[in-house]
Amino acid sequence: MDDFGSLFDEFDVLGAFWVNIQLTFWAAIFAMVLGTLLAVMRISPVPSLRWAGTTYVTLLRNTPLTVIIVFCVLGLWGQLGITLSSDFQRNFFWLSVLGLTVYHAAFVCEALRSGVNTVPVGQAEAARAIGLDFGASARLVILPQAFRGAVAPLGNVLIALTKNSTVAAAGSVAETSGLMREMIEFRPDVIVAIFLIFAIGFVILVVPMGLATTSLSRRWSVAR
Amino acid sequence: MSGSVLFDAPGPRARRRMVWVNLVATIVVAGIGAYALVLLNEKGQLDAALWKPLFTANAWQNFFLPGLKQTLVAAGLSIVTAGIFGFVFGLGRLSASRTVRWLAGGVVEFFRAVPVLIMMVFFYMALPRLDLISPPDVPLVSVVLGLTLYNGAVFAELVRSGVHNLPRGQREAALAIGLRRPQSLRLVEVPQALIAMLPAIASQLVVILKDTALGAIVTYPELLSAARRFGSGNGNILQSLVIAALVFILINWLLTRVAEALAGRVGRRTAGRARVEAPSMAVETATS
Repeated sequence: MDDFGSLFDEFDVLGAFWVNIQLTFWAAIFAMVLGTLLAVMRISPVPSLRWAGTTYVTLLRNTPLTVIIVFCVLGLWGQLGITLSSDFQRNFFWLSVLGLTVYHAAFVCEALRSGVNTVPVGQAEAARAIGLDFGASARLVILPQAFRGAVAPLGNVLIALTKNSTVAAAGSVAETSGLMREMIEFRPDVIVAIFLIFAIGFVILVVPMGLATTSLSRRWSVAR
Repeated sequence: MSGSVLFDAPGPRARRRMVWVNLVATIVVAGIGAYALVLLNEKGQLDAALWKPLFTANAWQNFFLPGLKQTLVAAGLSIVTAGIFGFVFGLGRLSASRTVRWLAGGVVEFFRAVPVLIMMVFFYMALPRLDLISPPDVPLVSVVLGLTLYNGAVFAELVRSGVHNLPRGQREAALAIGLRRPQSLRLVEVPQALIAMLPAIASQLVVILKDTALGAIVTYPELLSAARRFGSGNGNILQSLVIAALVFILINWLLTRVAEALAGRVGRRTAGRARVEAPSMAVETATS
């Protein structure tokens, strides 16, 4: 038990987890916005927007997140000189948020589309019948129900995003997977304890999210 | 419901309007693309000198193809071991004994909650201390172990939810012709569930293939790290990463198409429904 205490004194474990939580928070917000936009594009009547949305999702969903984050750091910053923050370390943080965002937006889009699929055809027909155009029927009838139907898949995207925030290590962000590596290097005697600290940390973060989305998706589901 | 129900078959006026909206949208989308190309050009990233090395025999023989081979080796090994892990723990979660069910459930939920990279880094750091495998094999073994534990847990969940989605008549019929419960599970239910779950299994293969790229972080020489090495050697890191991404996209897109084709066929092969669901955490589709 002493080992655990000294590990927390010696290393900023909570600080590392806090970085992951921040990465997840910002990427979740931006991915939600971008993903909703993509989902509207993909169900819109305009062929060129539909095509652009589909292409985006196909490309981003099939690229490994690690490649995207390495691209953001080595490509956007290293080659093109794009900086998102004047602070050197903070710049890597925001570039990783960018990578996490563009990757997970594709999955948010797919989750929302699966939510749209839960809305019965009759509802769209009724919206058309009372004279709503595409914008109005999407905004007033389809999307509100689609969001409620998409709670469970959106929750899965959030869980995946939380775990995937560790990949920011590939973008030189000092977060949990990097700290774990450092801690094992300095304290190889308690290697299993170190692994358990990080593993259980993620269990604590992720399992409540799973339980919350399950119960929310039940509570918010539209009775049909 | 498909998107097309959201709007009527357009009349002449709506059609004219759509042509305009479509045109404007095309210009906006193409404009964004063109702007990106202009920016790249300004930075000199479109110079032929940066792209040419990618289409030489050296690039492919010494970097991209060996990297791709390592990626496929890690993915192939992980698919086999994760399949075995998933089958064993999936059956464990369906066991008649409560203890076995709980134990298997705990293991599955734990490995689904821990990020793959955390497991990979742990094995990468721990294996050399155990002295069980030769040092050059450590990165490959840690990649495969990490992928096995996570994806095996997902496969176990697929087996379980597949069996739960079977019509009850399947088990009743098996019991009626005199099979015992383990026999019914092994001979009737699990095979049916696996066929129903083929599309979900196939899309999990895409996840495994993408996750091999995490190996670059633990010094496994797969496609991404090969591209990085080639790019930093030739000063064209941006271009090398684009090629690596395109190779990944092509393979995964083909796998996804196979999954879709399977989804179309399995409806006729089994009474089970190809639906992915799990009680506490539905199976994820969005891992790296």
